[in-house]
Parts: sequence; structure tokens; C-alpha cells
Amino acid sequence: MFILIVGCGRVGSSVARAMLREGHTVSALDEDPESHARLEVGLEKSWEDLGGQFTVGAGLEAEALEAAGIDQADVFIASTDGDNTNIIISQIAKRRYAVPNVIARVLDPLRAEWYARQGLQTVCPTRVAIDMLETAVRDSASRGTGGSGGAERARGGEA
Amino acid sequence: MYIIVVGAGKVGWNLARELLEKDHEVTLIESDRRRYLTVEQELEHNVSYGDASELWVLERAGIQRADMVIAVTGDDEDNMLICQVAREKYLVDQIIARVNNPRNRQHFDLLGIKPSVSATDLILRLLEHEVPEYGLVHLLDLQEEQLEIIEMLLGKDSGVTGRRVGDLHMPEGSLLISVLRAGKGFVPNADTVLEEGDEVLAVLDPGKEDELKVLFGPGGDGDVAGG
Repeated sequence: MFILIVGCGRVGSSVARAMLREGHTVSALDEDPESHARLEVGLEKSWEDLGGQFTVGAGLEAEALEAAGIDQADVFIASTDGDNTNIIISQIAKRRYAVPNVIARVLDPLRAEWYARQGLQTVCPTRVAIDMLETAVRDSASRGTGGSGGAERARGGEA
Repeated sequence: MYIIVVGAGKVGWNLARELLEKDHEVTLIESDRRRYLTVEQELEHNVSYGDASELWVLERAGIQRADMVIAVTGDDEDNMLICQVAREKYLVDQIIARVNNPRNRQHFDLLGIKPSVSATDLILRLLEHEVPEYGLVHLLDLQEEQLEIIEMLLGKDSGVTGRRVGDLHMPEGSLLISVLRAGKGFVPNADTVLEEGDEVLAVLDPGKEDELKVLFGPGGDGDVAGG
């Protein structure tokens, strides 16, 4: 599969490396030329030597998207640090370039949820963190390690 | 009308002030705290602090009852997103978006965000209008109606000067609608003879500009077309 990743921060670069290791064709696009270095963290060879592609440019620029190979992309991942950028470029990837699989990282749960209902596949790390924290708190409450006494333990016991 | 303006930069602030003077109800939303405090000194309760791409901020501003949302931040993605949720989630009747980078206009169009206004494009249009070397000036694009109105100045070497309007080979889907001559405009008829220095207005189907340019340009509509 040809995977285009826009936004090479911690998330984008990690996903890019993992997909490359799994044998996919990976193209990364980022405004910041320095982000190329992040792609190579922990790699034994250069990103390009391993078959990766890297383009400098903004996700909103048609030329940059095209140079990064959006026309051949099977999967498009929008993982810049801007929710609005990710939402808008994902829609461009879907509507203008007809990329079959489009995934947008959206930190704001409300925006992620509404756009998901409009048919955009969104991944919301904040939502995941909220759920995990809530679960962790409930678990510790039910284990009775919260120190708040018998009432919490009793409630945990009922659940 | 109740109008929400997003972005209290120079455009947003002045716009909010003008709209208030016209007795509209206005909420101006600004996400930068310092800018907000500056603008709040003048506009007081009409300005609200927050990031308008957060849905709860829009809801707090009363977007459900807004008649119009105008997004004029310095960020095209934000303007697109705000207008999109305003129209599609909150069913706001009218939206207006500012285009900062004219190259992003295609994205506004793709997402159906209309009308969108670009200061750069407006100035370029004015420039075209002021510099006749550009030949053909777009006066109006009626995108929904699939029509445009253009203006052309007939130079000395234009192939149509001295010719009757009735004898012109106007391309299919175009019509000469008026002639401006010596500061006065009139609607031409078939017997009107075009003169050097005339400014002619034509209405046409999109994509016919080039044919008209050839027709009205140097040596256009000569004997080849006539014969």
C-alpha cells in the first residue's frame, strides 16, 4: 500500500516508520525540513535508503500534496499539530484526490465526534486519554487503593 | 440580524464596528487574550474570548440563532472549518469567509464555502481594471448562474473597430450588452459601429473568454471568419 502521512511530529513519524517496516510504501510531508531527522530516529539507515519518501511543504498546497504522491495514495493520514488543518486536508484528500482511506487526527473530542458523524474517519488521542484515565481511576477506586474509605470500596464492589 | 464575526484583527474589528452602527446584533470572537482585551475596551460585551473552532465557543456565542457567520481570521483552515460547521452543523443561513492566501480559494470552493473574499484577488482585479494591457477584465462571476460579465477596451489595432455590431461573429453563448463611449454607456443594436477606445461589456458562458479575446483583439473577426 502507498501511505501518505502529512505532519511528521511524534505521532506521524512513528506511524511512518512502523508502516515502512511493515513493507508499505511511505511518503511523509511536512512544512519543516528538520522533521526529516525525526523520521530517522532509531533507524539504522537513512529514511530514503530504506525506501521512504520525504517532501517539504504544507498540507494545504496542492503542489506539495501532488509532489508527495497523493494521486497514488491508498491511505492518507493527517497528523499535523492543527486540528483544523487535519480536518480540511482530509476532506481535500477525499473529495479532490479520491483517496480511498483517509484518517484525520483530531485532538478536540467535540470536533472529532461531529466530523466522524459526517463520514470522516477521525482518531482522537484526547478521547483515548480521557477514557484511559477514567478507567484507571475507576480501577483504583474498585481496588480500594484510593484511601477514601469504605464507601468507594463498596461502590466498586457493586460494579 | 444576529451576526457572528470570528477574528478581531483589523478586518474583523472594523467590520464588527460597522455592523453595530448599522444596528445589527454582533458577537466578535477572538482567541488571542491580549487582542481580546484591547478590542473589548471599545466593543465591550460585543466581543467574546475564545477559539471559535471549538464548538462550545460557537454555541456559547449563540450560533444556533445566528443569521450570519463571517470568518475573517488570518488562518484559512480556521475560516473554512468555522464556516463549514456554521452551515452544516448549526444550519446558519449565510456565511462569508476570508481567503488569506488566494491559492487556497480552490479549497474553499471544493468545500462549498461561498462566498469567500480575498483581498489579494480584489486588488488584482482592480489592477487589471486599471491596466488595460491585460485586455479583458472580469467584472462579475455568477458562479451559480454559470455566467460571467467581462469588459474589453477596443485598441487601435482591434479587429472589430469600424464594424457593425450586427456583422460581428460573436461566439455562441456570448452577448454584447453595452458600450461605454466617451464616458457614456448605451446598449448597442445591430447598426452600432464600434470605435477605437470603446469599452464593451459582454455576458458569456464561462470558458468563452479566449474566443472573445481573439475576436476583439488585433486582427480578430477578419475576413476569414466573415468569409
